[in-house]
Amino acid sequence: MKTIIICGVGGQGIILASDILSDVLMEAGFDVKKSEVHGMSQRGGDVITTIRYGEKIYSPIVGEDSADLILAFEKLEALRTLKYLRKDGTMLINDYRWDPIPVATGTMEYPEEEILPKIREKTKHIQTVDALAKAKELGNIKVVNLYLLGLLAKELGLEKSLWAAMISRRVPPKAKEVNLKAFDQGYGEVRS
Amino acid sequence: MKELLSGNEAIARGAWEAGLHFAAAYPGTPSTEIMENLSRYKEVFCEWSTNEKVALEVALGATFAGARAIVSQKHVGLNVAADPFFSASYIGVTGGFVIVTADDPGMHSSQNEQDNRHYARAARMPLMEPSDSQEAKEFTRMAYDISEKFDTPILMRMTTRTSHSKSLVELGERKEVPIVPYQKDTLKRLLLPGHARKRHVFVEKRMEDLAEFSNTFPGNFIHWGDREIGYIASGISYQYAREAFPEASFLKISFSYPLPEKLIREFAAGVKKIVVIEENDPIMETEIKAMLCGQAEVHGKDLIPRQGELNPNILRESMGLSSKSVAPQTSLPPRPPALCAGCPHTSVFYTLHQLKAIVTGDIGCYTLGAMAPLSSIDTTVDMGASISNAHGMDITFRLLGGERKKVVGVIGDSTFFHSGITSLIDMVYNRGMSTVVILDNRITAMTGHQQNPGTGLTIKGDPTVQVDIEALVKACGVKDVHVVDPYDLKNLKKVISEAMDREEPSVVITKRPCVLLFKKSKWTSCKVDRDLCIGCKICVQLGCPAISFKEKKSSIDPMLCTACGLCADLCPKKAISLSQEGGRAIREAWDFETKSMKKEEA
Repeated sequence: MKTIIICGVGGQGIILASDILSDVLMEAGFDVKKSEVHGMSQRGGDVITTIRYGEKIYSPIVGEDSADLILAFEKLEALRTLKYLRKDGTMLINDYRWDPIPVATGTMEYPEEEILPKIREKTKHIQTVDALAKAKELGNIKVVNLYLLGLLAKELGLEKSLWAAMISRRVPPKAKEVNLKAFDQGYGEVRS
Repeated sequence: MKELLSGNEAIARGAWEAGLHFAAAYPGTPSTEIMENLSRYKEVFCEWSTNEKVALEVALGATFAGARAIVSQKHVGLNVAADPFFSASYIGVTGGFVIVTADDPGMHSSQNEQDNRHYARAARMPLMEPSDSQEAKEFTRMAYDISEKFDTPILMRMTTRTSHSKSLVELGERKEVPIVPYQKDTLKRLLLPGHARKRHVFVEKRMEDLAEFSNTFPGNFIHWGDREIGYIASGISYQYAREAFPEASFLKISFSYPLPEKLIREFAAGVKKIVVIEENDPIMETEIKAMLCGQAEVHGKDLIPRQGELNPNILRESMGLSSKSVAPQTSLPPRPPALCAGCPHTSVFYTLHQLKAIVTGDIGCYTLGAMAPLSSIDTTVDMGASISNAHGMDITFRLLGGERKKVVGVIGDSTFFHSGITSLIDMVYNRGMSTVVILDNRITAMTGHQQNPGTGLTIKGDPTVQVDIEALVKACGVKDVHVVDPYDLKNLKKVISEAMDREEPSVVITKRPCVLLFKKSKWTSCKVDRDLCIGCKICVQLGCPAISFKEKKSSIDPMLCTACGLCADLCPKKAISLSQEGGRAIREAWDFETKSMKKEEA
């Protein structure tokens, strides 16, 4: 039984990424449960989805210190979600900063310098990537989520062909090529 | 074939498989997607009703006429529908009737944590509690046969986790069920006291039969494991508990009212002690304790928290099997929900803040006008309360005498149709003098864009009558009515402040579509000239998510900005201007006079 959490900010394409992941896990023959909670706003609120898979899954959510892997689409959200990561679990971080309103209006500080040291206290399995830069190279900033999904897919060690099939089912036909390319690049990302 | 479905999708699927004919609902998180999914089935008539009471009455009418029907609502929605809900229990059914309540333990998006399992007991109506999507589908399908067999509506209780989590579901086929030919039956459906007394006798007999049935319902079962502690659980709590205590004995209860007494007694005899696990109130626990009355050791809320959601960790901690996590408490900057960049409500709250008005709020996106820096709402109670609260406060302030305190009620278009109209009539009739601002953004926005009586479209996208709010308000007796463009800050302030000064009830309708309705549009953006910006932070006071304050100057994120231009209008140094790149300004996106939304979408 494994627990994956994908977190970030509303509007980053997290739900799509987690839907594709769930589809792949189901196709691979696992029992799957997925739970998502998003704030009240459609954009700008924090988003957490939990995906659990294995032979038989009961609870769709987990408490603290329980997730095997966290994929964070935003750095601050990585830190916010850290409490759910088990000791020495894997943390994949998109090196991207999205200021929350209290930071944007100058009433709070973005904890830039705290993020990595705090995460390192809990695990040494950390990988950070600049997915936005990669997406820009591909000419479509919307494929950040598929690039990050590729990075996550590499960690899971499932049959790779399943991914292409499930991605094709979920993304708009016009954007299929660039999404698959982004996924492949994320999948091929060399661990730093 | 198996599919990964959310609990809400599964409810819709189960009802459809059961041959459902008729569905009515008012949107409310976490229930909304039940109706949205039902609307995709061509065999089912669907409607967004004006409110939950109407929905329940409409669906009850459909069952009178012999249809299989469903209504769905969030937990507080059932409060609105409580009147016909209680009567529906006495009346029973002709075509099967399922009433879905989606409760919100943990209050992810609600004003309270009320536990609607109480309603089943209060109205003497059977209750089912699915714990995953497979059960949600199967129980809903089975509920129609149970409903018709026992002549009763069924209350189906979901929670945010069962509604919004996805799990695997084995799909079935639809079974067509004919609509029962209508027969007049006043003893059953016309609740005069004389009829209702007879129906109450029937209801009590029905509950006895259902108590027997509960012992045989396949979703109520014992799983024997370790006999030291036996856990009794229903709904999502069962899933948490099975994971937390994999070796233990379980009594899983799915048909949870009336409780399966024989199974409970058999289970109690087989374990040393019982722990009842349920989110929120100790409902099963209280009944089981009374039932076993000292014959068994029964625990519940003495160990398990009553507030908030449970999860496997909380359960293990409650049973002393693990210690509470000691993760360091850090105060990270939160991401509070905010009105979107370009939201037509922003200017209204900015203006009310400027006018130092006492503002009674309502339920919708615009409740976010309460958040800093707009900070302009004093109260939020329930659907429609903005107008009635304003009226009560206004009268009291006038009783006090002295300088007049101005109260403004703020309500959205869909909420106004839901229950604002009756409050407005009350205010006019009872000589109130408050100002009401109706924020007409042409959609039910908060719950994810549902059609409503003002939009001109039904849930299935068919064209229909567009209720004219302005004419409606005038017909209610309000003489001072203004329709304004909320992007025109200057005029907005003038109209609202004049309305507030008048010694009569007034209504200001601010009309602009929700920015998120323009899905296909590309917006240009505003930009700040850093040389001209003096860092006065006036634009920051709009609380716009696109505006941030860095190194003593404002800056605007072009990715978020929709070029509504409010900040540019406010800037005293004219440091903010419209960029000409990347699309149009949202201001120009909708022809205010011709209301040509369709053109824009096409």
